[in-house]
Amino acid sequence: MKLEGKVWKYGDNIDTDVIIPARYLVTTDPKVLAAHCMEDLDESFAQNVQPGDIMVGGANFGCGSSREHAPISIKGAGVSCIVAESFARIFFRNAINIGLPILESAEAARDAQPGDSLSVDLTAGTITNARTGKTYQAKPFPPFVLQIIEAGGLVPYTRHTLGIEI
Amino acid sequence: MGKTLAEKIIAAHSDEAEVSAGDLVTVDVTVVMANDITAPIAIESFNAVGVGEVYNPDNIMLVPSHFAPNKDIKSAEQTRTLATFAEAQALTHRFQVGRAGIEHVVLPERGLVLPGDLVIGGDSHTCTYGAVGAFATGMGSTDVAVGMATGKTWLRVPETMKFVYNGKRQPWVYGKDMILRTIGEITVDGALYRSMEFTGEGIADLPMSDRLTMTNMVIEAGGKCGFMPFDEVAQAYVDARATRPYTPYFADDDAEYCSVHEFDLSTMEPQVACPYSPDNVHPISQIKPEKVDQVFIGSCTNGRFEDLAIVADILQRTGREFHPDVRVMIIPGSQAVYLDALRQGWIELFTMAGGAVSVSTCGPCLGGHMGVLAGDEVCVSTSNRNFRGRMGHRDARVFLANPAIAAASAIMGRLAHPDEL
Repeated sequence: MKLEGKVWKYGDNIDTDVIIPARYLVTTDPKVLAAHCMEDLDESFAQNVQPGDIMVGGANFGCGSSREHAPISIKGAGVSCIVAESFARIFFRNAINIGLPILESAEAARDAQPGDSLSVDLTAGTITNARTGKTYQAKPFPPFVLQIIEAGGLVPYTRHTLGIEI
Repeated sequence: MGKTLAEKIIAAHSDEAEVSAGDLVTVDVTVVMANDITAPIAIESFNAVGVGEVYNPDNIMLVPSHFAPNKDIKSAEQTRTLATFAEAQALTHRFQVGRAGIEHVVLPERGLVLPGDLVIGGDSHTCTYGAVGAFATGMGSTDVAVGMATGKTWLRVPETMKFVYNGKRQPWVYGKDMILRTIGEITVDGALYRSMEFTGEGIADLPMSDRLTMTNMVIEAGGKCGFMPFDEVAQAYVDARATRPYTPYFADDDAEYCSVHEFDLSTMEPQVACPYSPDNVHPISQIKPEKVDQVFIGSCTNGRFEDLAIVADILQRTGREFHPDVRVMIIPGSQAVYLDALRQGWIELFTMAGGAVSVSTCGPCLGGHMGVLAGDEVCVSTSNRNFRGRMGHRDARVFLANPAIAAASAIMGRLAHPDEL
């Protein structure tokens, strides 16, 4: 599966409180959450993000609270995938579980600048930056995690393993 | 090669005879927990899985804590979702406003999480239960949903870091200062994906409330889980509460640790995490005595009886009141803590001193209700996070500290050390 999008670049330790502040956690609606995504850090994001855009972060992306509303708000905003130097572990699971692709590559994350155009090949785990012309190899997922991604998330994966018809 | 606590407990809940760091395993879960923010999505996902009934109605605990008592209509709908589900699924354990409180205070206090348990919780501070010897880790709502549906989850067995505390704690130094100093040293991703084992004479000396404070903040270093040793202190606490039989585990002497970190308590003073990160930690003596607008004493980190006792002791010993310009929110971590404080006369003491004492809730810790901060306001808080926007306005500034520093600051109207009183 191939994705292409414009870069929204953020720094290290982007916590789930800035991704979606707790004051909005009175809903589970992805569209409502998306309207407030990143607003305490970057008010322009929710207004200007385009479907398919790619979020790029530094180390420990998604640290803090376990709120699944964080990846839901990013996905709801139309972001096609997140590239970061590293992910906090609960966010990592949450993103995989809801079918939001995430890729770990320190070099790709560091080189990407706001507005760069990235193309991502999820099957190969590669990220290409159109501005620099460089292609980066992301850290591969364990086979078991890849099965969850291929199923479209943990709920369809679990239905499949339990033998419940989809 | 010997085994760490994480390796032993995960192996005991898997089909494997033994597991090692890096292994991916499927495990049986002892307890699945969620709160009024994470449970609504978990219940939606549970319904999407389509199994109909939960795997085990005895082991699912849904606790309304974050926006409870309901702060508005939408949060009322969310807590009702929990109650309706608990009733429909005939869950054994029910948690209601007025009878419960913050999950990480309530579950250990009632002996619902025990040594050797494997607990997953839809709340990042689920790691708190490592103080009683459980492997406990925070997850998101979908993981919780699958745990409720199947009684199982998958885990990557974490590497373990060992933290050794030598020497004797100085006056006004608590578990809070020990964990803040630790996070300050290793940073907010220093324990990413890892287990943290706490040990040494400084831990043996530590009461359970302080141990719970320390394991509570494992997530603030990125940790997956944390453990306190199962010793006489832990056994006395657990045996007074356990709701079922349990199996304690002990790390092997030759267990493999990816790093060992030592701390000298004889020279450690009270620590404060400055805005906007729990790893921006400095000794109180090196911090500008800024004027404060609000002090919050409570949360799953420092909302226990012993924490309130520190505040009561300072008020009683000094005969002082809180500063008239400071809003002082004192929120017991559970209704049991509230009742104990009431019986001690502390609710009257705090109220007479000008404090606002509330029913148990997570409330202000996450900027939910009961003390949301305005722009540029300064708060000294005994909670666990001071991220931008965490307790309210994005420009509010939160200093994380122990209950003694919080009480002294509430009295002085600025960041203060209790020795200044």
